[in-house]
Amino acid sequence: MNHPIVLAAAAATTTRELAFWILAILAVAAGLGMILARRAVHCAVLLAVVMLSLAVLYAMLGAPFLAFVQVIVYTGAVLMLFLFVLMIVGISAADSIIETIKGQRLWAGLAGIGLLVLLALVIGNAVVGPAAPSSAKFGSGNVTGIAALLFTRYVFPFEVTSALLITAALGAMVLAHRERTSPKPTQKALSRQRIASGQPTPLPGPGTYARHNAVDMEALLPDGTTSELSVSEVITGPRGDRELPAVVAPDEDQAPDPDPDQVRVGGPADHGPREGGEA
Amino acid sequence: MVSPAHFVALSVILFVIGAVGVLVRRNAIVVFMCVELMLNAANLAFVAFARMHGGLDGQVIAFFVMVVAAAEVVVGLAILTSIFRARRSASVDEANLMKY
Repeated sequence: MNHPIVLAAAAATTTRELAFWILAILAVAAGLGMILARRAVHCAVLLAVVMLSLAVLYAMLGAPFLAFVQVIVYTGAVLMLFLFVLMIVGISAADSIIETIKGQRLWAGLAGIGLLVLLALVIGNAVVGPAAPSSAKFGSGNVTGIAALLFTRYVFPFEVTSALLITAALGAMVLAHRERTSPKPTQKALSRQRIASGQPTPLPGPGTYARHNAVDMEALLPDGTTSELSVSEVITGPRGDRELPAVVAPDEDQAPDPDPDQVRVGGPADHGPREGGEA
Repeated sequence: MVSPAHFVALSVILFVIGAVGVLVRRNAIVVFMCVELMLNAANLAFVAFARMHGGLDGQVIAFFVMVVAAAEVVVGLAILTSIFRARRSASVDEANLMKY
């Protein structure tokens, strides 16, 4: 009974069990954190945790190829794309906690519990047997086995996939491309707009003539007062009572709007600082 | 002993978390992330059942799911950027021009 092979097998089983429970708890905790975190960046990072734990679980299930694809495609490509778009859309955009539909959270929670019960019953009734005896297909021969299937039985779906990928790349280019709807503003128009804005000069830089030159240090003006305009809104938070109009990017299709609040109506206030140019 | 049933149960839990996230969250990008979580949970079930049956077909299907998910994310995020450009908001409540 105390044969070394038996002992080694038992130890391997315990390690697998331990790894499964650690990863499962990690994945579920990160998933719960993902739907509870208010900032989208935190959600993306927690999703990365879930995906990496799933990659290790794939490796445990005898799918080393999928484990690597999971890391490369999901954690590498898809999550980077998510973060990239988050940077475009606005890193400060926190989810609003106001319920638009009354009782939505409650009903969503109830629906989730219902779905969990339903799926648990389905899985409970299904026959989920023990793992098939280990073979080379789940080890060193995994990539060869998948390749053999991919290029014989699944060759047509594989070919269709290429069409899908080309269509997706084309679609992304078409959708992300922006047609210019208004003529490009000339230098003259831009300078007129700048004079009309009431702040023709660039904003004072932070820390000018102050004790430190840190970016959060307000500039000391010639009359001895400090200028809060010199500190970036990223640091101070959005300034509500600014007279400066929202200086949108020159090729924006919205015309320069005299009233900055008009632009912000409807959107969460967090999107405001994205529009304010720091000159 | 960790059996495929454990993995299937984990995939069920992750799928439900993703579904609740889709229902609850208002930021369209986070909704997309929750959809990705659901797809990943389905993949885990595929791989677990492949292990149970001793074939590789489940792994190949999971591979196809990953490819389709990548394509879906690319197009979806492109749509999101264009919506954000037009409406200055990534909230799913804001895109209501087609209402009524």
